[in-house]
Amino acid sequence: MAREEIYKLLNEVFQDMFDDEDIIVNDDTTADDIDDWDSLEHINLMVAVENCFKIKFTMGEITNMKNVGEMVDIIQERISK
Amino acid sequence: MKELQYPFDSEYILKKKKSIKRQLLSREGVSYIEKKIAVLGGSTTHDIITIMELFLLNYGIKPEFYESEYGQYWQDVMFDNPELVEFNPDLVYIHTTSRNIKEYPEMMATNEQVDELINSTFAHYKVMWDKIMDTYKCPIIQNNFEMPSYRILGNKDAVASFGRVSFVTKLNMAFYDYANSHENFYINDINYMAACYGLQSWADPFYWHMYKYGMAVPAIPEFAYNLVNIIKSIYGKNKKAFVLDLDNTLWGGIVGDDGPENIEIGQETSVGQIYSEFQEYIKAHKDIGVMLNVNSKNDYDNAIAGLSRPDSVLKPDDFIIVKANWNPKDMNTAEIAKELNIGADSLVFVDDNPAERHIVESQIEGVAVPEVTTPESYIRILDRSGFFEVTNFSEDDVKRNEMYKANMERKQQETSFADYGEYLKSLDMVAEIKPFSPVYMSRIAQLTNKSNQFNLTTKRCSQSDIENFAADNNYITLYGKLEDKFGDNGVVSVVFGHKEADVFHIDLWLMSCRVLKRDMEFAMMDELVAKCKECGIKRIVGYYYPTAKNKMVKDFYNLQGFAKTSEDNDGNTVWDYDVSECYENKNNYIKVVR
Repeated sequence: MAREEIYKLLNEVFQDMFDDEDIIVNDDTTADDIDDWDSLEHINLMVAVENCFKIKFTMGEITNMKNVGEMVDIIQERISK
Repeated sequence: MKELQYPFDSEYILKKKKSIKRQLLSREGVSYIEKKIAVLGGSTTHDIITIMELFLLNYGIKPEFYESEYGQYWQDVMFDNPELVEFNPDLVYIHTTSRNIKEYPEMMATNEQVDELINSTFAHYKVMWDKIMDTYKCPIIQNNFEMPSYRILGNKDAVASFGRVSFVTKLNMAFYDYANSHENFYINDINYMAACYGLQSWADPFYWHMYKYGMAVPAIPEFAYNLVNIIKSIYGKNKKAFVLDLDNTLWGGIVGDDGPENIEIGQETSVGQIYSEFQEYIKAHKDIGVMLNVNSKNDYDNAIAGLSRPDSVLKPDDFIIVKANWNPKDMNTAEIAKELNIGADSLVFVDDNPAERHIVESQIEGVAVPEVTTPESYIRILDRSGFFEVTNFSEDDVKRNEMYKANMERKQQETSFADYGEYLKSLDMVAEIKPFSPVYMSRIAQLTNKSNQFNLTTKRCSQSDIENFAADNNYITLYGKLEDKFGDNGVVSVVFGHKEADVFHIDLWLMSCRVLKRDMEFAMMDELVAKCKECGIKRIVGYYYPTAKNKMVKDFYNLQGFAKTSEDNDGNTVWDYDVSECYENKNNYIKVVR
């Protein structure tokens, strides 16, 4: 799946999660950029992303992710297998 | 809301929780009851509260939450956290899981050592529950423990007294003993829920180590639904009756086409066995007071012939109302509600045909229409929906089917009398009207939470409220229990109020609609006046607060001889009655035992 396609799906997940149709994320987006994205919402976000792409993140991946770009790297790697 | 009806899509609910909440709150014409719920957690509770709120709103309960700091469930109660004290909850929910068990028996521990550890672990909880009951006098919901996620001893873990599986099982038993000996204390059976969900997924260690959730986040909707069912049951929002289709719902095939001898029921075929098991499931509901009714497009005689087969588990006698005709099913459903004298929102309509489900659902407000699919899924879907979640067994629940059957017989007799008074006389009614007494406290509280139509102020009371009124000398309390030649109706009317000098204010007056037009309200009035006279009351003040459901008693006080003294813009009215020495009893047909 191309990065653009992943972003298309990912934007929908973010929009649903934070109930805001205007959210567009990119490689550099972090939790600081979205108001409601706190540690408690983070888990829901991870679950929703996992469900969307039918993948599972490991604990190590979640703790080390620095921005959305790194999340997309993992998604891309995972679904290409 | 369809999205919140079992079986629901948990992923969708978790993802869309914000927009679902928005949609729930924007529904028009919903009247909510408001409740303050304290969630005291032994692990993270953030999403548990968010999802609970959705299901509560969907049941018409608007919650205000208190959430303990992470893991502070015990401290909050034991050290009277001022915030919690000020919050003064209507209900306390303790969210603990096996993750909160701090100490398990050592390997090879003796039975005495194991017992000691069970006692001390149990005591940790018991002292907290006792304290909550003492301080807040409100219902408590407590999780039991799910099975441990691993077994050092393998299968022996369940058997050896020091095994973890064995330990959790015994702790749970101790919790149930407490629940059985304390009113207003309820167990949320997460052990069963975890089994349904699959313990391995439920106890996924990822969610504990990453976020300190005591259970997997994807399981939260199913978990929260099960929990909220207890809450809605406590607040009187259970369903009361089944309205059942026949062909391909209670048996396989179409009785009108195939003939009663050819429908699939009984032990001969596997399909027949499925329907028999489903009939057994339905029939068992009679014993917890759920009323069974038929709503089927069939000739009446064919319907009865199908139910009269010797191998049919359900017999014609098991049903209160059988509507087997060619009328639209929404019309039949509305009539069943009317004839049973209950709201349509107390009905569960079960039909294999999606078109029939659609018409009933779209035409009749509030009726539950579960999406049953294939016959092998009927039981699971109805069972997990929790329509009839049992919180308190009252004797009346158990006898309700008999009582309604007797009511139908009364109605038939009614038509054979020319004069209504003659009919009332023929019923040989005997009423017991007395101050609230301990055996009836739970029924009285239940009535205050369930009665909507014949209810002047719709004041909802917990059992502890009722007990407090009964003990308070400043209050006059009365319950009325009515018996007649067809059977015992149980406690059907509740009146209480408080004194201010020589004026008595009626805080609540309600009556069950099953005894409408029996003059029971006059018998209650007679007793109330007698009691007021005994205490030197000169004037009685009655109040009527209109709701969506209690129009039938708008002029009730007028009928009782009160005079209206005020009315505000919302239609709230106040009524006055002068207690005179020469009061003449209004009830002529009921023999009263005081």
